[in-house]
Amino acid sequence: MIEFYLNGEAQRCASLAPDTSVLELLRAELQRTGTKEGCASGDCGACTVAIGEPDRDGRLHYHSINACITPAHQLQGRHLVTVEGLARGDALHPVQAAMVECHASQCGFCTPGIVMSLFTLHERQRQAPVALDDACLEATLGGNLCRCTGYRPIQKAARRMAAQPDVRPPWGDSPGLADDVAALGSLLDATGYAMPITLTALHALRRQYPTARLVAGATDLWLEATQRLQAFEHLIDVSRVTELQTIDATPDGWWIGASVTYTRLEPLLDEHYPAFARLLRRLGSAQIRNRGTLGGNIANASPIGDTPPILLALDAHLALEGPNGARQLPLDDFFLDYKRTALEPGEFIRAIFLPRPTGNRHLEVWKLSKRREDDISAVLGAFAWRQENGCLHDVHLAFGGMDATPRRAQATEAALEGQPPDITAFDAARQALARDFQPLDDVRGSAAYRQLAAANLLERLRLTIDHDAAQEVCLDAYAH
Amino acid sequence: MRTLTDLSHPAAAPRASDRSATRADTRHAPPHDSATLHVTGRARYLDDQPAPANALHVAVGLSRVAHGRLTRLELDAVRRAPGVVDVITVVDIPGHTDVGPVFPGDPLLADAEVRYAGQPLFAVAAIDLKTARRAVALAEIEIDALPARLDPVAAAEAEEWVRPPHVQQRGDWQHALDDAPHRLEAHQFVGGQEHFYLEGQACLALPNEDDGVTVHTSSQHPSEVQKLVAEVLAIPFHAVTVEVRRMGGGFGGKETQAAPWACLAALLARRTGRAVRLRLPRGDDMRATGKRHPFHNRYRLGFDDAGVLQGGDITVIGDCGHSPDLSEAIVDRAMFHADNAYSLGQARVTGIPARTHMPSNTAFRGFGGPQGMLIVERAMDDIARHLGEDPLTIRKRNLYRPEHDVTHYGQRVEQVGLLHELISQLEASSDYWARRSAIRAYNASSPVLKKGLALTPVKFGISFTAKHLNQAGALLHVYTDGSVMINHGGTEMGQGLHTKVGQVVARELGLENAAVRISATRTDKVPNTSPTAASSGADLNGMAARNAAMQIRERLFDFAAEHYRLDREAMRLENGELVAGHGESERRIAWGDLVQAAYLGRISLSATGFYATPLIHYDRASGQGRPFYYYAYGAAVSEVVVDTLSGEYRVSRVDILHDVGDSLNPAIDLGQIEGGFIQGMGWLTSEELKWDETGRLTSDGPATYKIPTIGDTPPDFRVALLEGHPNSQASLYRSKAVGEPPFMLAISVWSALRDALASLADYRLSPALDTPATPERVLFAAQALRQATVTETSHA
Repeated sequence: MIEFYLNGEAQRCASLAPDTSVLELLRAELQRTGTKEGCASGDCGACTVAIGEPDRDGRLHYHSINACITPAHQLQGRHLVTVEGLARGDALHPVQAAMVECHASQCGFCTPGIVMSLFTLHERQRQAPVALDDACLEATLGGNLCRCTGYRPIQKAARRMAAQPDVRPPWGDSPGLADDVAALGSLLDATGYAMPITLTALHALRRQYPTARLVAGATDLWLEATQRLQAFEHLIDVSRVTELQTIDATPDGWWIGASVTYTRLEPLLDEHYPAFARLLRRLGSAQIRNRGTLGGNIANASPIGDTPPILLALDAHLALEGPNGARQLPLDDFFLDYKRTALEPGEFIRAIFLPRPTGNRHLEVWKLSKRREDDISAVLGAFAWRQENGCLHDVHLAFGGMDATPRRAQATEAALEGQPPDITAFDAARQALARDFQPLDDVRGSAAYRQLAAANLLERLRLTIDHDAAQEVCLDAYAH
Repeated sequence: MRTLTDLSHPAAAPRASDRSATRADTRHAPPHDSATLHVTGRARYLDDQPAPANALHVAVGLSRVAHGRLTRLELDAVRRAPGVVDVITVVDIPGHTDVGPVFPGDPLLADAEVRYAGQPLFAVAAIDLKTARRAVALAEIEIDALPARLDPVAAAEAEEWVRPPHVQQRGDWQHALDDAPHRLEAHQFVGGQEHFYLEGQACLALPNEDDGVTVHTSSQHPSEVQKLVAEVLAIPFHAVTVEVRRMGGGFGGKETQAAPWACLAALLARRTGRAVRLRLPRGDDMRATGKRHPFHNRYRLGFDDAGVLQGGDITVIGDCGHSPDLSEAIVDRAMFHADNAYSLGQARVTGIPARTHMPSNTAFRGFGGPQGMLIVERAMDDIARHLGEDPLTIRKRNLYRPEHDVTHYGQRVEQVGLLHELISQLEASSDYWARRSAIRAYNASSPVLKKGLALTPVKFGISFTAKHLNQAGALLHVYTDGSVMINHGGTEMGQGLHTKVGQVVARELGLENAAVRISATRTDKVPNTSPTAASSGADLNGMAARNAAMQIRERLFDFAAEHYRLDREAMRLENGELVAGHGESERRIAWGDLVQAAYLGRISLSATGFYATPLIHYDRASGQGRPFYYYAYGAAVSEVVVDTLSGEYRVSRVDILHDVGDSLNPAIDLGQIEGGFIQGMGWLTSEELKWDETGRLTSDGPATYKIPTIGDTPPDFRVALLEGHPNSQASLYRSKAVGEPPFMLAISVWSALRDALASLADYRLSPALDTPATPERVLFAAQALRQATVTETSHA
């Protein structure tokens, strides 16, 4: 039995299969067909809905998600807002009114999702003004594909929301809603779907269901349900385990709980690792960043995960816990082979340690993909180094997309270690890179492209270090 | 009806007192007629329509092999799966098993031979979609693989065609080429494109009480769905009713390729007696349906010292996939547009529709035109580099012009001055030449980033090249409260067709737009319709609707002249009133009163309208004629910046000036132009179809197939309609079609990328750049230019 609120009204759903998505629940069980299925893989945004999560000060904070790859059970104790829940009778919500006024729908199929993404932005605007620049609109709408309009009228609508009459949704006036939602608490009983809130309970469930899959943001796991039609017998949801949600600062760095979402990580990275933060904005879409977790990105062990190369370059390590107790492991030792990790049976990632930046250590992160937003890397290079007496030291060069796992380029690092950043050293590095990796051809890029582009990222690195301010060496300045 | 409604009731529409409200003037730009439904989630798409409780859901079993003999199809386990109600293969089809739209070749379900990976083999109806999809996986399928032909060039050489090649020729091309002071030749690969309509293929079939069926489908061509369903079920057309309310995007992908799914659903509905839904999951949709044709094009052209074309030879090879579908007309249209806006001189254009073991490639916005145009735009750039001129200079010199105004297929280009004017306006408004100098200076001092600029024109022929399709019908009812219902043969896929047609009727009857409602397109209201395609939706259906409205108007005028004893000559309908006479003698009668009086006077308030496009003809045997009623024009200037180390790039500014004649709805037209441009840009940049060596699609979802996102929209995007140039032909209020032509404005992005790359060789070499110009292709092009420059220098 899950209990949640839908557009301000209490809902109870009994006996949902563990693999039920929010979208299936909405369309098939609740006959709310305003939310559309475009891809069932979290890549198009047609199914975008808003989740209101009660925070400590008793308010509901709304974020966008892809309903198609969000487990329905994660609605427990949340307020789900769909496109049907915004207008007040005939009076359109400001987002909707702006969309009509700006001719921002053509076929209209992506429109409900776009309205909901803009709704979350509008809610944020109500709390505190946000500059509606291109970067903000991209961050909000980068995961909402529209095949008709070319997006310009949608940008315009986003900027015209504030000029509309301030119509609140019908549930918007109900002051007790946040409390009512919070009072629902967490999942009490659901067949096949467990949602522990303490680490102790998580350990107990792991013992009870040793073969159960772990799920956090579900942004990858749920593709097995929607694309490969897997029925999960048991799932253990770690997204609400208190201990996995903390970010603990230490003098040397931060322990980041495995269930911390990318969105929650953003402010920390903005402050301390702007290059990492920039990459984060190109990881998936707002809907994905609102769900996806650092722990999931690592445990998934994909060769094209975006954060592992950066964490490798920064010497991150992991706190693991399992039936045989807790241990720490350098991330370098975690990835064994394609989608194979050093996790023992029953073990899970509790937290990731991100070292604090030191004054003279630099980080550059460059992601190459066909499309800038919401795309998976063909190649991702994360480069960390410090410069002393004109020479490079502690050179860490980690790549994604170049091998079966994300990993560092040892020979290339060795070619640069202790060398001045000149053409000779980088020529040697380029040659070493060809020994470090023999990448594969796939849909995202040919082996030859990956090899050449990765080598050219070294050249970009050289030009960046050998900085001539008058010359632009990459397109970062053109990203808006 | 015993009494007439009280017109003072607020629900009754429209009243004279509403005169201050939005005027029924097509110059106004009312929003899409479904805009409020879209933004509230109330607009119903196929899969949102309620169905009876016992409705079944269909999943389709697809071949994983591109070519082979189907030796075993064991479906017992599928049939036995709990929740499965019916399973069909080709032997269960009572009527036609081939659903080829124009020519045969499209088996509804595979028989003995499998001809592409993704081909439907069987269909399963079950109590829900997941059950049906899981059951599909239980089939035991054995296919003896045969060699798959995946290369259209090799297919063309082996004379593996879906239709015979076609030639258009004007003058002695060989002679012109031989005599020209300069000659160039090049090959160009032009990639295909997945439609990626956000709503996938979907339909709902409801069995009727007799042997018939009602089919709701997301299709651009209801009449063809009706025909094919009737043929597959072996029942008369009148037993099949097809309804299309709206599509969640079509773009050509639902012109022919919505029909097979409707046929399967209709067959299962008839067999089970239950309502049947069929909605393809995205991956199945991408694997099973055809796309924009990839083309392999070649030119050999001769030109004079000024870069003016003298003549030559162009060949376009379309990768049609396994069957003809619409490929003959698509390859034809690539040929019709191989000149784009330029006089080719004495030229021959050859089109070859090659047959491969691929999904049957199909209509997609532009219908082959974009692929044809790209070859001559490439030639313009190549000539400019060869002569050391700016590409814009070369383009302008080659535009159709007085004395050089006849195409290679014999049609005279009317409004020949318009294109020159349009380009010179855009040249000035985009500040082309100053930006050209600034870019040259930037590139000279920037080692990694290079900027590029290009202006490319579009001249696009409007009309179906299949002459008989250039007709349309409409059905108009005036009810006794004065409200008006118009139905026409066109379908709404987001392009605002219903909004425009509603405006036309409102304008003819002098009513507000809100007084006119458009219902779903239905084959039992307007029969024998053409597909909504070829940009012709408003041109044809708007004219048919106008024709119906004019009949009603004339009847009402005749009635009013007699009934109210008014002067028939000076009558008009405006602002919700019939107005007769002028000045002192002016009489006004409210529309509602007029309609009620006419009803009581036993005047028919219903009319069917019809339209057929005049003037057009094309003789396929000679490759000459006037296939197009008129041309639509436009031009775009795009600026890009390229990272020559990674191949990444951004489109930083785009200026567009586009000709829609006298616009029917400027807001909708701008939406078509911007949306078409971005879709075209996606085709030429990030949208890459990838197939493995066995012919299986690997870019089979939005995770791997990348259409533009909001961040790809140029940060500086200036779009304007060309003012003051009504259509020279008597089109609908002198407007021009707008659906397809702007798509090709995006060629300016590709050309600008080549311009940026050319800077690596000091603009002396013209880079090869196949499409889509992904970062990978751009990087390799940059690498090739750098190496060529090194080689050149070392030889010097």
